[in-house]
This record gives sequence, structure tokens and C-alpha cells, in this order.
Amino acid sequence: MVDLAFLLVTFFMLTTKFAPAEELVVDTPASVSELRLPESHVIMISIDKDKRVFFGMDDLKAKADLLSRVGQQYGVSFNTDQNKKFTSIASFGVPVQQLPGLLDLETEQRKEFKQGGIPIDSTNNQLSAWVKAAQSASYAAFGKPAYIAIRGDGAADVPTVLRVIKLLQDDNINSFNLITDLEGKPSVAGN
Amino acid sequence: MAEIQQKADSGKGGKKRAKKMSTRMDMTPMVDLAFLLLTFFMLTTTFSKPTVMQLNMPVKPKDQTEQTELKASDAFTVLLGENNKVYYYDGLLDYQTKPELQTTDYSANGIRKIILDRKQRNPGVVVMIKPEEKSTYKNMVDILDEMSITGQKKYALMSISDLDKGLLTDSGK
Repeated sequence: MVDLAFLLVTFFMLTTKFAPAEELVVDTPASVSELRLPESHVIMISIDKDKRVFFGMDDLKAKADLLSRVGQQYGVSFNTDQNKKFTSIASFGVPVQQLPGLLDLETEQRKEFKQGGIPIDSTNNQLSAWVKAAQSASYAAFGKPAYIAIRGDGAADVPTVLRVIKLLQDDNINSFNLITDLEGKPSVAGN
Repeated sequence: MAEIQQKADSGKGGKKRAKKMSTRMDMTPMVDLAFLLLTFFMLTTTFSKPTVMQLNMPVKPKDQTEQTELKASDAFTVLLGENNKVYYYDGLLDYQTKPELQTTDYSANGIRKIILDRKQRNPGVVVMIKPEEKSTYKNMVDILDEMSITGQKKYALMSISDLDKGLLTDSGK
């Protein structure tokens, strides 16, 4: 029994990948779909019930590249420390101009900080810029584009979701994955 | 903790024997630790990835002439209203024809039955889903879910038009 216990410990230790804490609490609706989200190369767009849009990417390798691409586009520069922190956060929701300030905060402070969401207006459409840069960064690092997953809160309003979808369609992205819970099963802690 | 058996020294002269030590050791603390670690890693592991629902939107047509006109007999429109209400009508809506708007809900006996019924009557039916501004994302996922449950392949997610809004207010919904 002890042998087995240690075997399991070793197994879990080796397979564990610490999930970075989500910045945005989202309660996803349920569906009967049993498709699973791919393990890697996922761009996660979260929408909460206050119409805030957050952007996240899980590929650590492509993230530094992504940050420099978007920084260049908007004339915002990031230092090494900020770069490092950017790879460690799961998602963020501030305009790119405020991003260096957000990254300078300590983890605890960042949780306190009220992030207003990424601008998706037609005059200041930063979400498309992030997605486009993420696709090129992913292409450069892995030779294939990333999956686009939309993680919306059940109480989020449809116009915001449709607006996000429309913005992506403008960039010729027509296939989406809507993240849902499995119907009939309560969501499990740690997911 | 460890059980070490010691023989009491009899003290009655004679040779001094080496104490016999037991080779059994108490493993309880180690096992405790092992299980603690096991529990910790089990709880922190992200085992299952969340499920996803595929949504494919139509590719933007390069020119409008490629579009085919939808027949009114094939059209079936579902309007998602606020407070989890579903409105639906058959046929197409324009300034002359005002189809009758009916109300239902997201339960198994509600919209699902109606879609199955329309499918049976006309296998070529095209469902147009138009979420109203006040409907929630959950409503949208629910109705898309109904499409996969009923096996309805031809559906389109569109934004609500002014005509539809007018129909909603005219019907007092």
C-alpha cells in the first residue's frame, strides 16, 4: 500500500501542471457537448457579466513574442521583469497602455486592482490586435495557429459576445470554441 | 514510537549480551506524509480540460451575388428574449407580412419539441437564431445546444433586426 501511495505521489508530481490563477471569475453555462478543450495552443477570451473582456494565452513560449509584437504596434515598451511577469499571468484585461503598470504590481496587489477589460470599440479595438499578434506569434513558434476559445459568463450579455465574434470574423476567424460545463454535472473545484 | 525491545538486564553476573534490536521500524509518519503529498497533488492537478462547444460562423462572402435567397417556407426564426423567454415564428418577416409570434421556453417540452416538429414537417428547415439585447449568453448557449440535441444542422446565429424588434413590441412581448 505504501509503495502504491508513493507511486501515485510520483505520478501526480510529474504530471501536475500548476494552473495559474484565473484573474476573472466566470461561471460558464452548461451544454451537452463532450468535446474537450485542446491541451495547448489556446487563446482564451473571457467575457464576464460586466461586459469586461479579458485575453489569455497558454503558450509560454509564444507569450514573450506576443507582448513585444503588440507593444511595438502601440509604441509601449516592456522591460525584462515585466516580460517575465506577463508570461506568468493567465489573463489580463486592461488597455495595452496600462499593461506595464499592471505588470509592475505585486501578485496580491494585482488581484485587488480592478481591471476594466480590453477595449473592443471600433475606434480603439485592441482585442483584434492581441488576437492577430497571438496568431502570428503562435505561428512563428509552433507553425500553426492557436485555437480560439471564448469563455463567457452565463449572465454575460449577448451583444458583447456577438461583438467579440464579429471582431474576430473581421479577421477571418470563423471557428470558435465556446467553453461550457458538461450538462447535468456540477462543476468540480480545481477546474 | 519505534518498538525497540529491550531485555531487562538481569544483573546476575554472567556475560553481557549484545542487546537484540528489532529490525521493524514504525512507518506511520512516512506514510502520513506520503498520503498528504498524494492528496495535495491530486487536488491541485487540473485533470479534465473544460468541455467546449464548436461554433462555426459563415465565412464572409466576397460578393453578394453568391448568396442564395432563403425561401419563406423554409424559414423558422427563434428570438431570444429577456427573462429566459423564447419567441418564434414561421416564415420570413417583412413590411407586409407579419407572422404570428409565439412564446415558449428552454425546457425539453418547449423549444426542443417545436424544432423537432418543424424538422419533421420540413427537413430543409433553416433555423435563424436572433438573440435580443437583453438575453444572456447562457440563453445563446442553450439554444445552440438545442440545435445539437435536435440534430438541426442548418442554423444561423444573427443579430436581431429592427423588424424583429418591432414585431416583439407589437406583440407586447
